[in-house]
Amino acid sequence: MLESLTGAVELGLLYALMAIGVYITFRILDFPDLTVDASFTTGGAVAAVMISNGGSPLLATICAFGCGLAAGAVTGLLHTKGKVNGLLAGILMMIALYSVNMRIMGKPNISLVNTDTLFTSIEGNTVLYLLVLAIVVIMVKLLLDAFLHTDLGLALRATGDNARMIRSLGANTDTTKIIGVSLSNGLVAVSGAMIAQQSGFADMSMGVGTIVLGLASVIIGEAIFGIRSVVRATLAVILGSIVYRIIVALALRVEFLDTSDLKLITAVIVVGALVIPTVRRSMKQKSVARRRTQELIAAAGSQGGRS
Amino acid sequence: MLDISQVSKLFNPGTPDEKIALMNIQLKLEPGDFVTVIGSNGAGKSTLMNIISGVMKPDIGEVRIGGKAIHHLPEHMRSRWIGRVFQDPMAGTAPTMSIEENLSMAYKRGKARGFGWGANAAKRKLFREQLSRLGIRLEDRMSAKVGLLSGGERQALSLLMATFTQPQILLLDEHTAALDPARAELITDLTEEIVRDMSLTTLMVTHNMEQAIRLGNRLIMMDKGRIILDIPESRKRDLTVPQLLGEFERISGRQLADDRIVLG
Ligand SMILES: Nc1ncnc2c1ncn2[C@@H]1O[C@H](COP(=O)(O)OP(=O)(O)OP(=O)(O)O)[C@@H](O)[C@H]1O
Ligand SMILES: [Mg+2]
Repeated sequence: MLESLTGAVELGLLYALMAIGVYITFRILDFPDLTVDASFTTGGAVAAVMISNGGSPLLATICAFGCGLAAGAVTGLLHTKGKVNGLLAGILMMIALYSVNMRIMGKPNISLVNTDTLFTSIEGNTVLYLLVLAIVVIMVKLLLDAFLHTDLGLALRATGDNARMIRSLGANTDTTKIIGVSLSNGLVAVSGAMIAQQSGFADMSMGVGTIVLGLASVIIGEAIFGIRSVVRATLAVILGSIVYRIIVALALRVEFLDTSDLKLITAVIVVGALVIPTVRRSMKQKSVARRRTQELIAAAGSQGGRS
Repeated sequence: MLDISQVSKLFNPGTPDEKIALMNIQLKLEPGDFVTVIGSNGAGKSTLMNIISGVMKPDIGEVRIGGKAIHHLPEHMRSRWIGRVFQDPMAGTAPTMSIEENLSMAYKRGKARGFGWGANAAKRKLFREQLSRLGIRLEDRMSAKVGLLSGGERQALSLLMATFTQPQILLLDEHTAALDPARAELITDLTEEIVRDMSLTTLMVTHNMEQAIRLGNRLIMMDKGRIILDIPESRKRDLTVPQLLGEFERISGRQLADDRIVLG
């Protein structure tokens, strides 16, 4: 039990950067970017190829970040300069990157077993390992928080909030969108690189469903921990990523569920998190409407009696 | 200061919905001019504003600010010279961001945006001073999200954001039309005060005839894409609302049709 809990926290932290990436596009820019399904693999592929060829794991992870940035920038360009619908731009890039990823890897999967990775030296000590992971994730979070409070970061946030206004104040919203989508995919690729190193392999399908995993983390985090400010929201996303992994670990302990049911469980979580608030809101509205109508009828009735 | 020459705009060219929104508009504003604009629905008032601010490009004609031709520049490159308040109180501010963050963005109007801190102590002090000029105690709520403010408060904030960097041109497009009368009056008073104090060159579309006469030093009337009447300060001073409506009928041959009209 304890082992599966630490395992869940570990995975949650490794996927947290991906979730933050999805948060940037989905929540800040209000741009549902599907590129992440492929850029996650790109990150894993780049890292695996470099490391298996004797490259430094740190350099490999940084290169993965760069490739993710580039992939996101292309999606952003397609959407802003090419005026391609946002969803479609992401899907197009996802398809295109599939071929690119295959080219990078040269074969469907690469093993990193018996190779030194970022985690080799600390893997033995679980506490230290989790602590280092947590510190890295928190540092990225703090950097992002700071960025989102700079002049450029404010313009980026306003782009998703009120694009017309920030344009009238002189920001080029094409540029801010490209920066945001690029940054998002950079973080997603780093997450892919970390997962490849942790699991000891990269394969072509490792990114499938990334967008839904990311969304699940974002939505769970927001629902549980709130989004009152940017600083709070990014923390919520990280915690959401961990909680999601814990939910999955618990679900997998149920007898009749299989590992392959994971994606279905995730979809159910996301659907639940999306539908429940809507249903609750409409139920509340109905009850308010009913109460107010009764009050108004009662008021009208007493007036009617007098006239 | 603002020089519009021969500007024309055609929507949906070559389709059954073809519509000429502006025809040969000629308008020149001197520095410090405060011009009110009235006209029937669809006269082209908002289109004129959009062409000056760069939301749309004219099909023919030129727009100059301080002698510099700007009609080919995209909107975000013109904002350095142009402050703007929209009719919709939701349009001028970012709702999920705080009052001080909104002001920080306006503070950077038309300047390069980099990794400088959005709101530092010095800027906060400036914002507090500026907000206190509005007299609605927004300076005590600087970290509140703008989405929590009322329409009038948001419009007052938009007005401040549009003006406190002292743009060369201020464009106001029915910026009080969506507010209740008391709030509209507050915003009108603030507008008058800010424009006077900063001597901003202003173009203000309004549907309030009394206001159009009382405010500013010049009044223009638009109809069907043209400027049909241009009243200088000397004549405007003792103009009355019935006279103004009479003028419209005399020139256009029909009554002024404005679904938001307020006579005063
Ligand atoms: N983007 C657009 N596409 C097509 N037609 C447009 C567009 N914008 C405005 N028009 C048309 O151009 C004409 C002028 O519109 P405009 O909004 O400038 O009028 P207005 O004077 O601001 O009117 P109102 O008093 O109703 O605000 C109208 O007939 C309108 O239907
Ligand atoms: Mg209009």
